[in-house]
Amino acid sequence: MIDRLIAFLVLLFARGKRRRTEPLDRLVPEAPAQRPWELVAAALLFLAMLSAAAFVPIYAIDSLGHIQTQLLGLSLGLAFAFVAAACVVFAKRLVPQETVVEPYPAPETEHEQERLGELVAESGDGLTRKRLLKFAGAGAGAALGAALLTPAASLGPFIDVAQLRKTAWRRGVRLVDDFGDPIPAKRVHVGSFLTAYPEGADHDALGSPLVVVRLRIQDLQLPEARAGWAPGGIVAYSKICTHAGCAIALYRAPLFEPTSSRPALVCPCHYSTFDPAAGGKVLFGPAGRNLPQLPLEIDGEGNLHAAGTFSGPPGPSWWGVRFR
Amino acid sequence: MLKRFSVVVAALALCAPGAHADLISRGRSLYQQGCISCHGLSARGVQPYGHARGAGGVRGAGPSLVGVGALAADLYLSAGYMPLRNARQQPVRHQPLYSADDIRALVAYIGSLGGPPIPHAHPERGSLPQGLRLYTENCAGCHQMDAQGGLVIGALPPPLQSASPTQIAEAVRVGPYLMPRFPKDVLSDRQLDSIIAYVELTKHPVDRGGWGIGHIGAIPEGLVAWLLAGTVLVVLARIIGERRGE
Repeated sequence: MIDRLIAFLVLLFARGKRRRTEPLDRLVPEAPAQRPWELVAAALLFLAMLSAAAFVPIYAIDSLGHIQTQLLGLSLGLAFAFVAAACVVFAKRLVPQETVVEPYPAPETEHEQERLGELVAESGDGLTRKRLLKFAGAGAGAALGAALLTPAASLGPFIDVAQLRKTAWRRGVRLVDDFGDPIPAKRVHVGSFLTAYPEGADHDALGSPLVVVRLRIQDLQLPEARAGWAPGGIVAYSKICTHAGCAIALYRAPLFEPTSSRPALVCPCHYSTFDPAAGGKVLFGPAGRNLPQLPLEIDGEGNLHAAGTFSGPPGPSWWGVRFR
Repeated sequence: MLKRFSVVVAALALCAPGAHADLISRGRSLYQQGCISCHGLSARGVQPYGHARGAGGVRGAGPSLVGVGALAADLYLSAGYMPLRNARQQPVRHQPLYSADDIRALVAYIGSLGGPPIPHAHPERGSLPQGLRLYTENCAGCHQMDAQGGLVIGALPPPLQSASPTQIAEAVRVGPYLMPRFPKDVLSDRQLDSIIAYVELTKHPVDRGGWGIGHIGAIPEGLVAWLLAGTVLVVLARIIGERRGE
């Protein structure tokens, strides 16, 4: 299998490197032209190119909904299947078959090496449309490569990174729960946690979700600059882990702290652990910087609202924000 | 008929307080035999580095049980969490050490110190879609989507397959060990019923693929699939590459 593949690659790329001018006696008998099979192989490669090329627009059109994943799989699967079929046609119909009982000895002299090169080169003489096949192969390869690179577009913005810093949180924006109701400060208990969003803004935006917990005031160790950020011991942090952007869905809340661990916010993906008492400091795990904290205030009705914006950019780290 | 029934009810009502007082006093004596090393003589807790020592001078450490109620006592005893071999260990589900009668007595005693009663779970009243949503938001981070348990730094969130609906309702309110607690204004009783309905569903999962592979999650399941696919590919390559004749 491998030797046929190598022979195919040599056929494709090694032409024109022959240095000898005077022809030698043929080693391989003149092969009859296999024009129909050449066309079949070219057509298969062309189909592979079309299938792979379809991957890019399917990836781009999000409105396809649930069927998008299946279509992506179909296009890649078809592309590989067509390439495989083309390879089968090549191997079975276009490359001369030869039954080898003993493997070739390693070419020792220059003469033997030349003979081997000639053998391979002449084997390809049965091909009449080498340019067509070459272009079809290159097209299929290029389309497959483009399909495989397309998902990299989802890694994030490359140029306009300022939009990643934008959040809906500013002074006076109320915290609401999943159902859009404002959150009274008395609903946040020690040992309990809540997920909150900015009122009237997109809940799915990167900078929107918060995790809100209440600590005993005497346990708080916030930096001096953040005095007054935690009314009644209630602290709010971005719910998006600064490592890979998972939701901080774990709150470690000891029932009896003297015999267990201290309170911590933990990301379930890679166990980055943050200290809610100390301004979201990284205690453990791969996160490269602290969890951004949101200053809070309690309004006249007893509801929580933001007293400013995050202490740092929310979301996973990207270019230039990998600091603690 | 009605008359006889009301006589029976009246007799029960007369007997019940006395029976309950007996239960509490039996519970107190069981408490004094098995619990005071860590929870203290008057159930007010023992601080780990304080001067308080439990029975026989054993230095234990445990929280106060005043005000935790029958709810917490029933959870810890019926799940076999208590008694703990080592005060610093995470309580893990065991065969309960006490008999059902002893547990009832201990629960009655702790309940008499004040606190919430044993809750009544009604998963049949809950809504499964709401339960799925609430479970995803509040529980799945630790216990996993399929309630198989997981890992946090410092503790192992247990699988929920062997937890009864009542125990789930109790644990949500108490927040045992490192679990956060969810009071009624965070999760209403109705929402809790929905969550329990979802957990009950995970006890009998629908395996559409036919093979659950222990419900260990998408990535390990993918690894298994790759292992199988890889084996098949190797076998195929071997068949294709075999020399004819000879």
